[in-house]
Amino acid sequence: MAKGMKFTGFALKNLFSKPATYGYPFVKKDYKERYRGRVAIDIDDCLFCGLCARKCPSGAITVDRAARTWSIERMGCVQCANCVEGCPKKCLHMENMYTEPEANKVVDTIAGKPLPKKEEE
Amino acid sequence: MRENYELTVIDCSELAGCALNMRRENARLVQICAVSIPDGYELSYSFAKEYEFINYRIVINENDKVVSIGDIYPGAVFYENEMKELFGVNIESMYLDYNNKLYKIETETPFKK
Amino acid sequence: MGKRSVVPFGPQHPVLPEPIHLDLVLEDEKVVEAIPSIGFIHRGLEKLIEKRDYNDYMYVIERICGICSYMHGMGYCEGLERIFDVEVPDRGKYLRTIWCEMSRLHSHMLWLGLLADAFGFEALFYQCWRMREKILDMFEASTGGRVIFSVNKIGGVLKDMDKNMLESFVKEFDAMEEELKRLSDVFLTDYTVTSRLKNVGILSKEDAILTGAVGPMMRASGIAIDTRKLGYAAYGDIDFDIITSNACDSFARCEVRIGELFQSFNIIRQAVKQIPDGDIAVTVKGNPSGEAFVRLEQPRGEAIYYIKANGTKNLDRARVRTPTFTNLTPLVKILQGCDYADVPILVLTIDPCISCTER
Repeated sequence: MAKGMKFTGFALKNLFSKPATYGYPFVKKDYKERYRGRVAIDIDDCLFCGLCARKCPSGAITVDRAARTWSIERMGCVQCANCVEGCPKKCLHMENMYTEPEANKVVDTIAGKPLPKKEEE
Repeated sequence: MRENYELTVIDCSELAGCALNMRRENARLVQICAVSIPDGYELSYSFAKEYEFINYRIVINENDKVVSIGDIYPGAVFYENEMKELFGVNIESMYLDYNNKLYKIETETPFKK
Repeated sequence: MGKRSVVPFGPQHPVLPEPIHLDLVLEDEKVVEAIPSIGFIHRGLEKLIEKRDYNDYMYVIERICGICSYMHGMGYCEGLERIFDVEVPDRGKYLRTIWCEMSRLHSHMLWLGLLADAFGFEALFYQCWRMREKILDMFEASTGGRVIFSVNKIGGVLKDMDKNMLESFVKEFDAMEEELKRLSDVFLTDYTVTSRLKNVGILSKEDAILTGAVGPMMRASGIAIDTRKLGYAAYGDIDFDIITSNACDSFARCEVRIGELFQSFNIIRQAVKQIPDGDIAVTVKGNPSGEAFVRLEQPRGEAIYYIKANGTKNLDRARVRTPTFTNLTPLVKILQGCDYADVPILVLTIDPCISCTER
């Protein structure tokens, strides 16, 4: 009968120790520093060159050069960080927190400052 | 460190002979791969004997018939069914023929150029 | 001569992690023949090569499967590095080796949990997966993702692990090894487990070579071949034995996988001791032209990557031959003659990863 009782030690230890799961959503998990959650941009450095839109494997980023806007479809992003690696001005970075679930597809558009007007000669 | 492998281009009629040779030397069938080139296909048959990697390649036209090597190596039949369904290679005498329903896809031969 | 009936198995079944369908021809509780039927998860990922250029295709090929994802990305990058004829720096090779072995650890622990679930031992299943969570946390700390890492690039790796991180990992592995010794004792000596696994699903050595078994299926039948001995990445500098067993049944496959778990701990320790300083990647520019074959050892067996490039930024063909595709033929062979109640266990001993099979 001792042959079938190997697991008893584990079972008893499990009965008297705290659970292995978090009490989400009341207890927030602290994500590690390198976690790829969500793309964020420093719009003041952006050149609107469109390289990030070309590199995105799922086509989630759209860049409008004339209107100086940068928009991303949050639900289409697969968090691969290809855009972050490819940006020539290094103005994109990955934030620690994932996109919250929503009922509709969210598109975030961020507009840059307008170009300073040239003086008329 | 990169491994070296050999690749020989053979004629379509020598295929069964090469496969029987490999079976006699106790090699395993490792993969059968098809590539679509303009007006035809390139089929690569790969075998492995201990750590060596031996490949044979045949180049055929679109409608050429290729005989299945499923009687020599039973595992070949899954690769050949996949080639027939995705590329349209004309393979005959398979002992287990799925009749183009292995992957059950909507378009016929999508990988053919 | 008993009565024959045909019973469908799958695609939905509590024991299967992914959908596969088998038509079982039964004669009075013994299986006489089995015909597999796949195609439920075919996504046509190999056709996307025409739309994405070769740099972005890396992210597609990583998403073929969730458990084997790191090595698919690595195989693709190694194939292109062979075509471009560049050499990854030594530190990059060692980092790739460490991540590969951690991938193997988490995949085998997942399999142990599924095996325990297959014969109803749910408490053991949860203990195995609880240990696996620690490895996933380590992946998140070093690469940024728990399941899909996106840390390979053509020419090296994207992120570095510094000395503190590596040493903290080794400490955690030491603690994990102690707990794993007690857990594997349950698998290997407990009466309920061994009575389900011994003498079930025998695959002799000649049958294993003829049907083309790979990975632990092949090594449990006495054939001592491990593709890691070819020396890709940093395996050429690391000392390890090939784990085999001569018993040829399901119990032998369980033993081989548990043995590989302990061996992975040793390989990671050696790699962390020997890792040199230096760059982690080289830059690669231009378009590839040529073809290459690469062979790797995934947790489930040997995987082969064939890449053919024609000088433009879209490749001609990127073919992945995954280990479960080859292991379907031995599965059909071991199902002949078994009892009906053993079918779920036998399907699990090949370690099926059907998303890899069908891409």
